[in-house]
Amino acid sequence: MELTIIWFVLVGVLFTGFFFLEGFDYGVGMLLPFLGKNDVERRIIINSIGPVWDGNEVWMLTAGGALFAAFPHVYATMFSGFYLALFLMLMALIVRAVSFEFRSKDQSPVWRSIWDWMIFIGSAVPALLWGVAVTNLIKGLPINEKMQYVGTFFDLLSPYTLVGGVAFLLVFLFHGALFLTLKVEGELIERVRQVAAKVGIGAAIAFLALVGLTYINTDLFKSSLAGIALWGAVVVFVLSYALTWSWKFGWAFAMSGLAIVFTTIAFFSGLFPRLMVSSLNPNWSLTIYNAASSAYTLKIMTFAAVVLVPIVLVYQGYTYWMFRKRVSAKHLEY
Amino acid sequence: MEEVLLGRWQFGITTVYHFLFVPLTLGLSVLVAIMESMYVGTGNELYKKMTQFWGKLFLVNFAMGVATGIVQEFQFGMNWAEYSRFMGDIFGAPLALEALTAFFLESTFLGLWIFGWDKLSKKMHLICIWLVAFSSNLSAFWILSANSFMQSPVGYSLKNGRAEMVDFPALITNPYLWGQFPHTVLGGLVTAGVFVAAISAYYLLKQKHLPVFRSSIKIGLSCMLISTVLVMGTGHLQAQYLGKKQPTKMAAMEALWETANPAPFALVAVIDEASQRNTSEVGIPGFLSMLIYDKMAGEVKGIKELQVAAELKYGPGNYIPPVTQSFWSFRIMVIAGLWMAALAALSTLLLYKNQLETNKTVLTLLLWSLPMPYIANSSGWILTEGARQPWIVVGLQKVSEAVSTNLTSADIWISLIGFTVLYGVLAVAAIYLVRKFVVEGPVEHTPSLSVVTKKEATLWN
Repeated sequence: MELTIIWFVLVGVLFTGFFFLEGFDYGVGMLLPFLGKNDVERRIIINSIGPVWDGNEVWMLTAGGALFAAFPHVYATMFSGFYLALFLMLMALIVRAVSFEFRSKDQSPVWRSIWDWMIFIGSAVPALLWGVAVTNLIKGLPINEKMQYVGTFFDLLSPYTLVGGVAFLLVFLFHGALFLTLKVEGELIERVRQVAAKVGIGAAIAFLALVGLTYINTDLFKSSLAGIALWGAVVVFVLSYALTWSWKFGWAFAMSGLAIVFTTIAFFSGLFPRLMVSSLNPNWSLTIYNAASSAYTLKIMTFAAVVLVPIVLVYQGYTYWMFRKRVSAKHLEY
Repeated sequence: MEEVLLGRWQFGITTVYHFLFVPLTLGLSVLVAIMESMYVGTGNELYKKMTQFWGKLFLVNFAMGVATGIVQEFQFGMNWAEYSRFMGDIFGAPLALEALTAFFLESTFLGLWIFGWDKLSKKMHLICIWLVAFSSNLSAFWILSANSFMQSPVGYSLKNGRAEMVDFPALITNPYLWGQFPHTVLGGLVTAGVFVAAISAYYLLKQKHLPVFRSSIKIGLSCMLISTVLVMGTGHLQAQYLGKKQPTKMAAMEALWETANPAPFALVAVIDEASQRNTSEVGIPGFLSMLIYDKMAGEVKGIKELQVAAELKYGPGNYIPPVTQSFWSFRIMVIAGLWMAALAALSTLLLYKNQLETNKTVLTLLLWSLPMPYIANSSGWILTEGARQPWIVVGLQKVSEAVSTNLTSADIWISLIGFTVLYGVLAVAAIYLVRKFVVEGPVEHTPSLSVVTKKEATLWN
């Protein structure tokens, strides 16, 4: 297989891992100030993702690094084109990263409450913006023949992309609530279950709207794989919601995760072989052919990825295994 | 042109700020790992207390480093898109490798270390912190291999209007890298050594928590002494390399306008960049040649001659880096280094004679020397990156050609102000926490489960 195709797939895999993993920890972060009624509960909620959120975020950093290494033109056009949106996301991610570390380091309720809300903002803003970003990639952006983005920040906002943002946010919220049903116990878990059931409605509506608008606004369904994957995502998402109502949360979480995976697959296969669609002229789209690195770099990077990604999966899996138990108030050592 | 200047300011501010935290992460991860090894080796609870106290400070610093590092991963594409297109092959690869080999390892095992005190066996827990120490220093290796290419390109060929990698081993065996990487890692150890020694000195002055900080200061001072000596050694080798391979940077940091043989070393100089001369100068004759060639003779090219040569090679333009800035940042770095080395030697001597704890002056000096490594680290980078100007990749691409072409100055103003304000606020919070921990001392934090946050309106009451 062509190395550029391998790297297209690898970038897709990295984004899939990122949305699946960081999806639930964004969700947990958004739920934190609403679900945690007191400090103990909030610490339980934070500790449910405490050991893993940073590792999850590295999926995003690696996806960024992989784009830079394998498709430098995409990295350049996308990141300079999304400048202000990315600026907002970076601000949110910076605040989020320090909040987890800072919030429990001082007893003051005001201090803790501030950082809890920062975790909320730091989770909600990136969730929303990733939805806007992904839908923009497939909908098409004003990219000229020199691979330059010629629009403004506001060109990124359209009904379709805003629905994309809201759908990502709500699906992650649902995914996060389901994750929490597996990680907490006692009185808190009842509330988490209720929330999952309620959030699920909004997530389902937004997700279906996203699928419908994708049909209208993009050429995604021209790819049969993308079409199958997206309909598959709808099916597993509905299934996830049904399982939530029948109180089978483990399966519901697996299905919401699968819905995220299928959706990411759908978007990437709908894009293929493009990475960024030009709305000005189809020939100006950034593709795996005109945006890739040299074959030599791709070869080196392929070797590294093939060796390293499985190792990463093993030790990240080990962490999840170590912390597989529910977080209880008795063991709040951090 | 305003966009270039603003982009440079933003990159400078965010990167220097990021690098306030990185060296301490590099060095303190190793020291905390050593402390925990002592705990696991001896079973002495004192060392556990020590590990946890310094570990707590390490984590605050680490969080700041990670948070500000996210910007670095994206900023090249955001503000330096043309650079990213030109260099993606070469710069993207080490960055991706850094994420794959180091970031995953670091974040995963740090998570295990923080939450694993009761869940993991002692040995496994110790392995976690060593993996964190290893991976953060490995991360430095990758990003410096990318940076070294910008200073001294190797293993590439110019094809399709960009620098394409043709020799990966050359990239990671770049002689520039092997000067810079040890220097940076040792700079991290100097930072950690001074950090531990200075804060321990504070407690010895206060005569509080003596067992923990008597042990800590030994570790801090040993690290400080060894690494300051080695950092100067590697710095010297780096300068010799510069003298031979990167004469422009050398000439700028020495404010040497005219080619000289033997070349003098200016201790201080009043530099007039406009008329390309030093209005006055105090120096040691022949000493620059001595530093570079180990003998009192040897030609060192001057800025004016190098400018003429550069114009011949690259066409008309100004190829002179900021001379005053390079000259003084170099001297500030060296003076800070000498100060720390001397203080480390004196303190270690007193410690050896059992007189350190009674010598309030030296303990106070140690405490007040806490900013020194930060000054040295920052001025070192200001020298390295400043004296690369006007190039972003020496000889291949100029900074002015590297900037994103679609951004307006308003865009960059927004992000520049946003990042600066946020970083300022976070600095206040981080310093508040570190100060609080230091005042509290190594106390056990048993989580008080009675603490309840204020009643807040929730969506689902």
